[in-house]
Amino acid sequence: MESRTVQFRIYRYDPDKDAKPWMQDISLELEETDHKLLDAIVKLKAKDDGIAFRRSCREGVCGSDAMNINGKNGLACLTDIESLKQPIVLRPLPGLPVIRDLIVDMTQFFAQYHSIKPYLVNYDPLPERERLQSPEDRDELDGLYECILCACCSTACPSFWWNPDKFVGPAGLLAAYRFLADTRDQATSERLDNLDDPYRLFRCHSIMNCVDACPKGLNPTKAIGKIKDMMMRRAV
Amino acid sequence: MSASISVRKFDAVIVGAGGAGLRAAIQLSEAGLRTAVISKVFPTRSHTVAAQGGVAASLGNSEEDHWHWHMYDTVKGSDWLGDQDAIEFMCRKANEVVIELEHYGMPFDRLDNGRIYQRPFGGHMSNFGEKPVARSCAAADRTGHAMLHALYQRNLKVNTHFFTEWMALDLIRDDDGDVLGVTALEMETGEVVAFHARATIFATGGAGRIYHSSTNAFINTGDGLGMAARAGIPLEDMEFWQFHPTGVAGAGVLITEGVRGEGGILRNAQGERFMERYAPNAKDLASRDVVSRAMVTEINEGRGCGPNKDFVLLDITHLKPETIMKRLPGIREISIRFAGVDPIRAPIPVVPTCHFQMGGIPINYRGQVVAPRGGNPDAVVNGFYAAGECSCSSVHGANRLGTNSLLELLVFGKSAGETAINDLRMGRREHKPLPQASIDRTLARLDRLENQTDGTNVHETRLALQRVMQKHAGVFRFKALLDEGVHQIMEVAELVKRTEIKDKSRVFNTARIEALELDNLIEVAKATMVGAAARKESRGSHVRDDAPDTPEHPDGRNDVDWLKHTLWYSEDNRLDYKPVHMDPLTVDSIPPKKRSY
Repeated sequence: MESRTVQFRIYRYDPDKDAKPWMQDISLELEETDHKLLDAIVKLKAKDDGIAFRRSCREGVCGSDAMNINGKNGLACLTDIESLKQPIVLRPLPGLPVIRDLIVDMTQFFAQYHSIKPYLVNYDPLPERERLQSPEDRDELDGLYECILCACCSTACPSFWWNPDKFVGPAGLLAAYRFLADTRDQATSERLDNLDDPYRLFRCHSIMNCVDACPKGLNPTKAIGKIKDMMMRRAV
Repeated sequence: MSASISVRKFDAVIVGAGGAGLRAAIQLSEAGLRTAVISKVFPTRSHTVAAQGGVAASLGNSEEDHWHWHMYDTVKGSDWLGDQDAIEFMCRKANEVVIELEHYGMPFDRLDNGRIYQRPFGGHMSNFGEKPVARSCAAADRTGHAMLHALYQRNLKVNTHFFTEWMALDLIRDDDGDVLGVTALEMETGEVVAFHARATIFATGGAGRIYHSSTNAFINTGDGLGMAARAGIPLEDMEFWQFHPTGVAGAGVLITEGVRGEGGILRNAQGERFMERYAPNAKDLASRDVVSRAMVTEINEGRGCGPNKDFVLLDITHLKPETIMKRLPGIREISIRFAGVDPIRAPIPVVPTCHFQMGGIPINYRGQVVAPRGGNPDAVVNGFYAAGECSCSSVHGANRLGTNSLLELLVFGKSAGETAINDLRMGRREHKPLPQASIDRTLARLDRLENQTDGTNVHETRLALQRVMQKHAGVFRFKALLDEGVHQIMEVAELVKRTEIKDKSRVFNTARIEALELDNLIEVAKATMVGAAARKESRGSHVRDDAPDTPEHPDGRNDVDWLKHTLWYSEDNRLDYKPVHMDPLTVDSIPPKKRSY
């Protein structure tokens, strides 16, 4: 592969100097070793240090570099440049307030995550050793605990866009089910009470944008379905 | 300059919200102390999240194990540079902190009897070095992620107060040498604040980004080390850097040693399992420094793979696909995404890659920062604590065993927290007055950056730093390259003094952050290069051409002259040395001998 030129169109907004957001067209020479979108954005920043974005692990486990890439939410570090149509249009995650450029204010997103009490609750006296859990029971947590809190799912969800203050959103609900599904957790009824409301859980209409957006291949819609089942079973 | 900035008072301030910082925070929050945790990223973005293979504890869940065996392995792995009191402390505490983590909700994998799943790992043996033992407690190959989230979640339960996306800038130290907090920058607003505390705990992680090819995250810029060094605290044993045997060739992304723990094999271009020649007993599960050197030797002698013969292969095609899907799902994902290879069908191209910093801010096993004073090489610095990769206790000595880093951050995060609580309860109630000089130093640094014209480019200067380190202080070290490296890194240091940013915005100015990070990276790079050039022996990860294997000095190690810790001071690049703690807390000392696997 030779060096190649790639066209970008990037959302720019710096409240310190811009009256309103604007789109910047930039082209970039890439080298053979630049494979991922994040490699390219880091290079863009070397040319123009004013482009602001978050990044850390560059391998898809920290959840920092979520953004809207050609209209779809994803992680820049896991996205192949070759897979993208040009110009590559980069915008901040939709539905959250923009702080600057590709950086959104995630306060609301984390507030919803925190609202489901994402920690193990167990009222028994602490045993000397580990609490026991069968491999089968542990398997129930697969597909739930791997969430990286990147917010690709919740910011792709129309219900979250309309009611970010009232609807927990797919990431928070996935975490809620992670604890409901854990045989070591004893707060099932409190957790269900906490979600039993017209908005917090039931604003999910199974649109499944979250499943499509999740860069880790997780399925929040399925987890939400299971919470709804638990809620129904409890009601009858 | 003597401008004033706003001041926030706390009992304790913790800098860094990775595993060590979060573990310390649990301790302080549970004790009801007014605690601030400052982190330049949201806590679960910290680099602990990327740890894969497991955390060591001699739980003995699937076979007999004992903390004393773990201690022996760690001392041997350290090539006897590790402090045996700290190592005993860590290995004895391992079961307690891992069980606590399970109680917090950590989703460990399980054995059929319901206990925590454990897998073998490099250098971990039973019965004082006899044969590999399953000691690594794992959550698939996402142990760091599972651990970091469990620790963050526990902190939510105990209401820890986080300052997220704040970057700590400088250590505040008064004329007595006591530490009174840090200055920090709120990234969203650009505001600079002094965090005034009676206890300051650094848990800022490593500085793997001093190398061009690194498994480390972008954020691993040694901020705590830079702050400590600028404030006159020495850095210990910084010449010792671990090159992890299996980074994805080209990308640098980590492939856990757990792959070899599950039965993976390293092969050269001839398909030979070459580790049998270098470590007949432990083979692919020898210590990391040993495996990395073997790989580089294979490549240097023309047995590397690929068109440029510049990598070797990590083969797990003989494992059952179910085992790979169950125990190594994250590795499969990384391999497909970053190497274009499904490891179920084809081997993964790998190459040794900078991974971990064994040295750091000197601490004792109680988590207190120590520095020489009045003839005492380990005098406590009042009010200052550290834990995790930024610290040097020294449990890793010249080479770290896999899974001992996650253990270290739990044990010493907790220990630093407990010691700080004790000191806060026993010590003076009121805060000592803030010294203006410390605050002025931060403001001067920001001011210099703000007004620099005709300066150097941050990106290019960082790249120059990383290239010097990569070339001059790599897996194998050469006297001539090290001496030249000292010269070159001091030239880079001059460039760092004149960095210039174009972006002057107050709002989330990541150009400013990167420039400030570079001020920290350069301190670590200097410490590494100067310490490495001076240490004229081969030990653990530090192997020099002019200290070869001889009958008098097996493997080039020289215990008569060099069984001592390096201390590097930023001022004048001064070096000092201090003795290794050869006496454990309760058991007999493990005397140095030739290291073989």
